[in-house]
This record gives sequence, structure tokens and C-alpha cells, in this order.
Amino acid sequence: MSDIDLETARKVAHLARIAVPDDHLPRLAQELGHMLRFMEQLNEVDIEGVEPMVSVTPMRLKRRADGVTDGDMQDKVLANAPDAREGFYAVPKVVE
Amino acid sequence: MSALNDLTIAEARDRLRAGDVTSVALTEACLGAIGGAGRLNAFVHTTADLALSRARAADARLATGDAPAMCGIPVGIKDLFCTEGVASQAASHILDGFRPPYESTVSAQLRDAGAVMLGKLNMDEFAMGSSNETSTYGPAVNPWKIDDRDLTPGGSSGGSAAAVAAGLCLAATGTDTGGSIRQPAAFTGTVGIKPTYGRCSRWGIVAFASSLDQAGPMTRTVRDSAIMLAAMCGHDPKDSTSADLPVPDFEAMLTGDIRGQRIGIPREYRMEGMPAEIEALWTQGAEMLRDAGAEIVDISLPHTKYALPAYYVIAPAEASSNLARYDGVRYGHRATLAQGDGITQMYEKTRAEGFGAEVQRRVMVGPYVLSAGFYDAYYNRARKVRTLISRDFEQVFAQGIDAILTPATPSAAFGLGEMADADPVQMYLNDVFTVTVNLAGLPGIAVPAGLDARGLPLGLQLIGRPWEEGALLNTAQALESAAGFVSKPPKWW
Repeated sequence: MSDIDLETARKVAHLARIAVPDDHLPRLAQELGHMLRFMEQLNEVDIEGVEPMVSVTPMRLKRRADGVTDGDMQDKVLANAPDAREGFYAVPKVVE
Repeated sequence: MSALNDLTIAEARDRLRAGDVTSVALTEACLGAIGGAGRLNAFVHTTADLALSRARAADARLATGDAPAMCGIPVGIKDLFCTEGVASQAASHILDGFRPPYESTVSAQLRDAGAVMLGKLNMDEFAMGSSNETSTYGPAVNPWKIDDRDLTPGGSSGGSAAAVAAGLCLAATGTDTGGSIRQPAAFTGTVGIKPTYGRCSRWGIVAFASSLDQAGPMTRTVRDSAIMLAAMCGHDPKDSTSADLPVPDFEAMLTGDIRGQRIGIPREYRMEGMPAEIEALWTQGAEMLRDAGAEIVDISLPHTKYALPAYYVIAPAEASSNLARYDGVRYGHRATLAQGDGITQMYEKTRAEGFGAEVQRRVMVGPYVLSAGFYDAYYNRARKVRTLISRDFEQVFAQGIDAILTPATPSAAFGLGEMADADPVQMYLNDVFTVTVNLAGLPGIAVPAGLDARGLPLGLQLIGRPWEEGALLNTAQALESAAGFVSKPPKWW
């Protein structure tokens, strides 16, 4: 399970939206395989009937009214954008 | 008498209130020390003008006689905290130029209490690392030195630890996802506490692994940690996991009396290959607590061995989701695109250029362990093991154990670059004693307990019951005074 082939390495790089040149894929596959082998120690643990932890401390999340509490700050929202034009984020063409 | 930048928070507070010193004088002393410490690369953005204007405001507030404990105290803020109008880039190239238009809750609470921010502190990129070497600013350097090598201050809060140990600020904020406050504190002879998950608001702190991240203070004494922690924590409606519990006066709980406390020594922390010095220090620490009136009890935390592998499934899974936001659209770096590149190329090139190697590895492990065929085998299994790790602690606390004593790190500080050719997993072993605490959401504190044979600081860790930071700090202070650690690194920088 823990051996990562080049195709899998290419796939996770794409899932993570990180460009990895082909000649880096073997090293990436090796590193990921090593990390996964480390994780596979978990297979030694008997987890029969154990519930996965979903909350770190036993607390109920607070609820709040579903109302607008913030907004009207387009300038601030766009202030850090690498490319903002006419009140919008600008990106390469998405739809032909 | 100590130089002003070497004062503890408690000393500075008392002298500020007595009118014996001003915040402006403290701040100038720290800014001078920072100016002379470029070699340590601890402060990566210094905010001198802002600091002096806040110091003047603090002096005015102190003059009214109604100022909180942190008023006028110069502190450093880890680069992971968003600070309004001041560069905040989690030591990542992908956040180059980012100046948040808002302030994190923790740094806002410190600011509102009158603390003076001196600037932003170096760290591992996105808090992923144990040596500060993954930082886009280059590594921070440990002020402790024994030969011609530069040593790591640890990580990820390495700049915070180096700055506090070197007297560049009176205290600093840190964050801890797997040991990132406690390991650097141990490597630099300083004190660092990670409070119970939910004590400090995570709002405005750049997220790494949301179910594990907690902020905490890094200081020169346990008392200072008690003072600063109280100013940092409290309920925040903007973080749904922050606890709506009253914040006790932690400093008032430092009675020095630990008689009758039951301190657990977990046998599973006696790792194979552990240096004899660390083992000896651990035994001495237990003896010190016994001499102070505590009862020492052997305990078992049977799933300890599985904490690191569980962490290295859960943390990358959460990180891959949290770091999806760095897309070159809303803030930070965007790659230069070639003719005809579409939006996917923009994402992929931006993230390849913007993230360092360690961050890339973790962001790619995430989707793998979360993918349809492997979700149960990795992610869900890790979450079940996490339940068992948490249950281990619950069981010993139910047996009447008040706190648990362990080593803080498996070694003293190592040389920068020495792990460069090691497998990434070797670096992860730095967190072997600390990561269980994050998985279980418990409070943990590192206390300097001695020097190794070469003269480098070593720390011990105390782990407390959930929400009982006050009792934990009290036990830590008993250990601190028994150990009598007063060494400081000689200034060479």
C-alpha cells in the first residue's frame, strides 16, 4: 500500500495544485512512500469499536443568529490581491 | 541590576507601576538589542515607530494608575499572527507582501492590555518544522553556542524562543501544533506553555492544523508565562472552538505548594536510544518534585508510540485543506504566467513557487490520506488512534494523577544544516514527547531544568489536566525553583 508510483505522485501533486516537473516525480514518490510507511505503524493498533475523535474537548459548538455582522469593505478585501481591477479579483480566463 | 531588556515581565510590571522605569525606556532597550542581533535573525519585521507610539500610550495609561499587568511590556509576535497593517506571512514566500487589514484576537488582546509589539518573529514556514530552517527568511539562530557551529533554536516558534533567550524582548507569542512552543523553549532555556485546546482564540492566526493549533506565551520564567497567558486567553465568538470559560488569575495560583500532588511518570516515554543525560535529568526532575512534597507515581500511556504517526496523518490532512486558500488570487504571491496559461496553471505554478519543500510534501500527503480509497486506511484510522491516545490520558487523570512529567525533547539543540540530508521523518522525531499533548488537547509546559555536559539547555515537560493551567503552572514553578536554572547564553552575536 505504501509504495507510491509515479502516476500516483503526479495525481497527488495535481490534487494539491502544485506543479511538479516530471524529473522531480521519482524523488517525490520516494518521499511520500517513506512518510506513508511511517504512518502504517497505525495498522498495529486494535481500533475495533473505537469512534474517531471529532471534537478535541467535549464541548458543544456555540450557535449564533444567522445575521450579517460585517461587510462593506471592498477596498480592504481587495487590498492584498496580486491583481484587482474595477472592484474584482482578476484571474486568467476560466470559461472559453 | 539587569539591563532593561533582560527584565522579566513581573519585574518590569512592578517597576513600571512604581514609576521607576518607563515603557518607552524598556522599548528602546529592546529595539537597541534587536538592532544588534541581526545575526540571530529572530525578528524579521521590526515595527519601531509603532512600538514607540504604543509605549508612549502605555506610559500615559500607567500614569492613571489603572493599567493591566501587560501594560507597557515589550513583546515579539510570531509571524503566524495576523497584525493589522504589519507584514504577516507565516514565514512563507507565498504570503510575500501580505499586510492584513485586521488583528488576530490574541495579539489584539495583548495590544488592548497595553503590551507593546516590537515586531514579527521568525518561524518555520506555516509552522511546519522543528528547526526554523523551512522559513523563507532563512533560519533563526540559537543564542546558545558551544563551538563555531550555529545551532537551531528549534521550531516552529524558533524566532520567538531565540528572541526571548537573547533578551530582545521580554516575552513573545508562540503557537504549538505538535510541540512548536515547547521544543524551542527547551532548546533555548526558556519557558513555554501550550494551553488547553480552546483556551486561546485561533482567529487571525494563520491556520496549519485547526484541531491541534493553540497559541501560548514564551517567557523567561513560569511566573511570566502565567501573567502573559492570562492576557492571551478567553472566549472569542469569532472562533467556535474557543471555550466559554472564565479565565482564572493564573499568577495568583502560584502558591509554591505542591504537597500531595500526584505526578505521573509514563513508562512509554522511556524511549530506546534516549541520551543518558535526558534520562538522568528526568529522574532528577521527579526527585525535585518529590522533595517538594509531591507523590511520584509510575503510570502507563500505552498508545504513546502511535502519536507521531497519527499526527502525521491528521496534521497534513487538515493542512492541505487550510492551505488551499493560497491560490494567487486574494493575497500574496502569484506566479508569472506564460501565454495561454489558464487558471489551473496559475494555481499550480503559484503554489509550486510559493510553498517550500516541507510545506509541499505535507500539502500533498493530505489529499492522499483523504482520498476515497485511503480515507479509512489512513485518516479515519488515525482519528480512532487519536481517541485511544486521549483515553490513555483520561484514564490516568481518573486515577488521581494531577500532572505528568516527561522530557521535553529527545536531544539538546542541534546544528543548523545537520539534518539537511536526513529523511523528513527524522526531523519529525523532535516532537515525540510533545505531540501526544496536542492530539489530546491538553495543556503542556516546557521548563528549563539544566544544562547538558556541553553546556546546552535541556527542558522537562509537565502535562496537566484540561483547563487546569493554573495548577500546572504552579507545579512548573516548583520544578523551576528546584532546578534553579539561571544560566544565560553569553553574548557573541
